Amino acid sequence: MYKYTIKRIFLMIPTLIGAAILVFGLLRLIPGDVCALRMAGEGSFVDETAIEQCRINLGITRPIWEQFLSFVWGFATFDLGDSMWTSRAITEEIGLRFELSLQIAVMATLVSIIISIPMGTISAIKQNTWIDYIVRTFSIAGIALPSFWLGILIILGLLISTQAWLGEAWMPPIEYVDPWKDPLGNLSQLIWPALATGYRYSAVATRMTRSALLEVLREDYVRTARAKGLLEKVIINRHALKNAMLPVVTVIGIEFAFLMGGLVVTEQVFNLNGLGKLFVESVTNHDYSLTQALVMLVAFIFVVTNFVVDIFYAWLDPRIRYS
Amino acid sequence: MMKFRALLVAIAGLGAALATSATITASAQETPARGGVLSFVVGSKIPSYDGHRETTFGMIHPIRPFYSTLLRVNPNNPQSPTDIICDLCEGKPVTTNGGKTITFKIKSNVLFHDGTPLTSADVKATLDKIMFPPEGIPSSRKAWYTQVASVDAPNATTLHVQLKRPLSAMIPALASPFNFTYSKKDLDEHGYNWHKKNINGTGAFKFVQHQPGAFVEGARFDKFHVKGLPYLDGYKAISAPKMSVRLQAIRGNRAAIEFRGFPPKARDDLVKALGKKIKVQESNWNCLMGATPNQKLKRFQDKRVRQALTLAFDRWGGSRYLSKIALVKTVGGVTFPGHPLEGSKRWLQSLNGYAKDVRASRARAKKLLQDAGHPNLKVTLWNRAVDQPYKVVGTWYIDQWRKIGAKADQKVLPSGPWYAGLRKTRDFDVAVDFNCQTVINPTIDVSKWIKGAGNNYSNHTDQKVTDLYLDMLNEADSKKQYQKLRAYEKYILSDQVHYMTSFWWYKINPHRSYVKGWKIAPSHYLNQSLDQVWLDPKLQ
Repeated sequence: MYKYTIKRIFLMIPTLIGAAILVFGLLRLIPGDVCALRMAGEGSFVDETAIEQCRINLGITRPIWEQFLSFVWGFATFDLGDSMWTSRAITEEIGLRFELSLQIAVMATLVSIIISIPMGTISAIKQNTWIDYIVRTFSIAGIALPSFWLGILIILGLLISTQAWLGEAWMPPIEYVDPWKDPLGNLSQLIWPALATGYRYSAVATRMTRSALLEVLREDYVRTARAKGLLEKVIINRHALKNAMLPVVTVIGIEFAFLMGGLVVTEQVFNLNGLGKLFVESVTNHDYSLTQALVMLVAFIFVVTNFVVDIFYAWLDPRIRYS
Repeated sequence: MMKFRALLVAIAGLGAALATSATITASAQETPARGGVLSFVVGSKIPSYDGHRETTFGMIHPIRPFYSTLLRVNPNNPQSPTDIICDLCEGKPVTTNGGKTITFKIKSNVLFHDGTPLTSADVKATLDKIMFPPEGIPSSRKAWYTQVASVDAPNATTLHVQLKRPLSAMIPALASPFNFTYSKKDLDEHGYNWHKKNINGTGAFKFVQHQPGAFVEGARFDKFHVKGLPYLDGYKAISAPKMSVRLQAIRGNRAAIEFRGFPPKARDDLVKALGKKIKVQESNWNCLMGATPNQKLKRFQDKRVRQALTLAFDRWGGSRYLSKIALVKTVGGVTFPGHPLEGSKRWLQSLNGYAKDVRASRARAKKLLQDAGHPNLKVTLWNRAVDQPYKVVGTWYIDQWRKIGAKADQKVLPSGPWYAGLRKTRDFDVAVDFNCQTVINPTIDVSKWIKGAGNNYSNHTDQKVTDLYLDMLNEADSKKQYQKLRAYEKYILSDQVHYMTSFWWYKINPHRSYVKGWKIAPSHYLNQSLDQVWLDPKLQ
């Protein structure tokens, strides 16, 4: 297990280097520059020398190789630099949003686990019955509905229904409510995006749980367990479900990593100041330094999540750790 | 003809005066209530707090209330394109020395939020930073002040702005909402970059906190230099980039107002949903929508082709329909509608593409294309991937050009690549182009089209445009200046068609009825100091 862990850690390094080269190169291929956009973007008069000065101050007039070297050096020394748009430290920009994104990711994952594992299990046990059909319809609908669209529907539904029932339209807060200061306010804000994303996320996990469990339930050792006269509950919980969890854990891990930086549209729909929204802003603003840092952060989260999943795999399946 | 026009102007002026007095009387009947926190939504981001270098309303809306400026548009009459009043000065600026010296009497009761008293030395230091910044310090509107020779502060309450030559455009230029007044002490002690991340102003509100990407919070400054103001305890400017969120925020009462503007459909939805709880203010907007043909390309170097493209537009008909779905409305020339320097409607109709007889115009357009050897001109519109008003109006352009036989389509790009095409690669056919300014200052606002101007994307090399412009700009006599502006306008829009105007934008601000004291201005950059705003508790 120790050797296995070390090997996985070393495999993370080339992945991150590859991501760094790719993001730096791709960003420079997109036409446009942050200064023209920032100073002339609204069509009002701007002195051209001011735009040029902005470029010089940000260092985007330097040769590409020089910019690349300073990016790599900064990354290696954990100095991510300043945002080209706001001049604030990137660590500060990310730090401000990390808590919110993490909270939504955790809440959506919980929603997903709470829905998907029992439903997937029931669906597999009651295969081809009306319960199975309902669960499958529910999960297919979850995959088909984009979470941001569901989010819009949720907000509109809240506005219309509260106006009809209470006389005044209500919608979730549009600025972040600190969970330590106002837990109820925080819940009233974040439960909706967590439900919107958690539902889609659970749909994938439900289908995965169902198919994995169906496969396991046909295995010889399950038949043996039944022949031994074990209770069905014990067979499912102790023998089948644990083994069926391998692909489900993978899906949950990947989705969790995705939620940390990928809630691009959902965060905008609910006006959440998270990493996804920051990502969109940095790309549309041509804020190279911030985009590079965010891509590297997401790549890091994916790599670490994959690492954790691999370790979890090894824990679940002794064959992996012994091989 | 001139007499008739003068009469019309006088009648319009009287009407406006009556309307203004009616508004003032109406608001005078209501006693403003003190207290409350105004929440509003802002659709853009704050790059830095330094007004002198920034150009976005994303900074103006949340940050302007912390600062005062030397001059400002009259908050009680912001609709007037010429009503500029003192903010940090008293009375009216006095012009002497044949119009070359403007003297301001600076108020003596003004305090910065840190308690330092303001003197003319602070205003001088501020104007010096804006007009004559040291190397390495960007000043976005520096070119407006090239005719300023020096700024002097002979004593604590007197300020002279010395001009190289008399310039009527100087007073509006000094009233720019971006000209935040900084303390000389801050500039001396902390340098010229300090205000990017720090705030110490003399505005009605003092800075409380800013959570980047989330909100800015301000609290009443009790020692504000206008007695009795502000009415609000504070405000919260909440960042909300998506329009649907801003709209829902007003509907769900998470915000009371958004100061930039919504399209007509959004206004109608809000009014339908909330009825009397919503009040709507509307105004012409100091943003001119148009299209620029790229004269780097051979087929657009022929002025007949450019004239054909402008002749295709049914501006009067288009205005009727587009104003129902987009934030554009008024047909006009290069000068803001309602400004004394604006050309008459009759004058406008004499220009290519503005006649009411669209059939005749389009027949002429087809003939011009035929003569130019491009009967089926291929034109791709370089458009910006922003719905309002770019995509809506751009689609209308395509439709209009197809009506004269052109094979028209459009390429819609995100703002970055769109600007890169305009400013760097310059390889578009015709681009959606706009001219969005702050204080209405036509003689400066129309500088966009001179040869080599940074925001002139037509790539023309026509020196005559610059000559006509400078002739108009430097004309001291207002009647002659009016005529010279017409010559400039005709040359750009009709003779050479270096630019095709379509419509002036139209600003629509639906807001919660309990928000009082804020009057819509013809620009989203103006009247944002919030000192006059109050919340009506009876309607909350």
